[in-house]
Amino acid sequence: MMDFLQRLGATALGVTERIGRGHLFLLYVLGGFPGLLPRFGLVIKQIYASGVLSLLIIAVSGLFVGMVLALQGYNTLVDFGATESLGVVVALSLVRELGPVVGALLFAGRAGSALTAEIGLMKATEQLSAMEMMAVNPLHRVVAPRLLGGIIAMPLLAAILSAVGIIGGYLVAVGLLGVDEGAFWSQMQAKVDLFDDVASGVIKSVVFGFVVTWIALFEGYDAVPTSEGVSRATTRTVVHASLAVLALNFILTALMFGDD
Amino acid sequence: MPEAWVRIRGLRYARGEQVIFEGVDMDIPRGRLTAIMGPSGTGKTTLLRLIGGQLHADAGTVEVAGENVAALRSKALYRLRKRMGMLFQNGALLTDLSVFDNVAFPLREHTRLPERMIRDLVLMKLHAVGLRGARELMPAQLSGGMARRVALARAIALDPQMVLFDEPFTGQDPISLGVLVSLLRSLTDALGLTSVVVSHDVQESLSIADYVYVISEGRVVEHGTPEALRQSTSPWVQQFLQGQSDGPVPFHYPAPDYRADLLADDRP
Repeated sequence: MMDFLQRLGATALGVTERIGRGHLFLLYVLGGFPGLLPRFGLVIKQIYASGVLSLLIIAVSGLFVGMVLALQGYNTLVDFGATESLGVVVALSLVRELGPVVGALLFAGRAGSALTAEIGLMKATEQLSAMEMMAVNPLHRVVAPRLLGGIIAMPLLAAILSAVGIIGGYLVAVGLLGVDEGAFWSQMQAKVDLFDDVASGVIKSVVFGFVVTWIALFEGYDAVPTSEGVSRATTRTVVHASLAVLALNFILTALMFGDD
Repeated sequence: MPEAWVRIRGLRYARGEQVIFEGVDMDIPRGRLTAIMGPSGTGKTTLLRLIGGQLHADAGTVEVAGENVAALRSKALYRLRKRMGMLFQNGALLTDLSVFDNVAFPLREHTRLPERMIRDLVLMKLHAVGLRGARELMPAQLSGGMARRVALARAIALDPQMVLFDEPFTGQDPISLGVLVSLLRSLTDALGLTSVVVSHDVQESLSIADYVYVISEGRVVEHGTPEALRQSTSPWVQQFLQGQSDGPVPFHYPAPDYRADLLADDRP
């Protein structure tokens, strides 16, 4: 029994310490943000690495998600004779929820894992140490541009996922199920609000981009510098970032739409 | 002997329970090539990290250019590091940059020189290590010896006063080894560098060093010029220099008596 309590205590202390280190890490990295302004090229490179290179998986997923939404929505709406509202259903689901959430989950798997592996291997091959010895702070030079790049890339990816998803929904609704094209678009335009729906989706995706990239970078920086350590850190990134996205999504949704 | 550029006094450093250094005193003279030798696992790399300020001593002081490294705030420490270069064992080149950009990296980070002048400086450094023609290659395309030479060019890019070499001779073929040995000596002389070479390659280190420290089990066991060291009467130093398998450092890890061990019934 004492043994169990001891282990529990040690685990709790370990977790708390890691959370503390993660926040200190973030503080140091944020300190490097002002220095990025005159060298924005570093950030552009990272937007390319985590954003542009994730485009394919984001677009393809968006297309299928939109198509499935249209099929499922149609089955329910047809009972009430409200199939003209299919456009609204597809658009609201994507813009409010699925765009940011599915986008962030894919982002964690595609870009987050790559960031962790990259930073972890840079640590294992002493590249970060070498930078320190060259009087260059790796938190400012390597980590900060990646964090800012992730924060900028994520909302753009979520927007693309939503847009492609709506096109997928349109193809199925109008092309396959015979929903009226005019009704599909006009209802969508009338019911989707720029502030209530689109802006809240953007806020969500900015938060997710920040959290996923932060977790990925910290896991890489904190990884045990061996092949096994880096592989574990990469797995942890995907698991922790995905859980964080889902939990934060609940909190953000409750804050944004809870009192409607 | 010239004044000491690095002065270590009463250094103690422990990692957990394991004491790495205990009461180490060292003076590393300016403008000379000093070799620090010892068996693997005696904390030679740790010593370089203590000099570079990446680790802090538990007790005692490490002074570089008259400044106590452990007491420096990060800005002052970075300022000091601009005056020192370090060659890592595997080169530690930035894998996403070409050879040219790797050598240009410290120049671009720390100076506002025009790109044309950076190009000239980088080509001069690469020429010094014989790799001017390899400027377009990526680190993955280099052999181990070439990577180390590129890292050497990068380490001297800012014209530092001191360069720390971490096991520069390990795992090199005879030709690369010869190239590196003569490069270290000629660069030290030509640039007036204070060079610190950490190594367990006895012949190579003795052939180029001006002064040698031999460390073992956390202490300095012998120091002096290479000639003085060869004359040393310490059986330990002789075993190390001549690479004998048995001596004061036993071949066998501590174990019970061999015969008794073999005859014991309750074998695991």
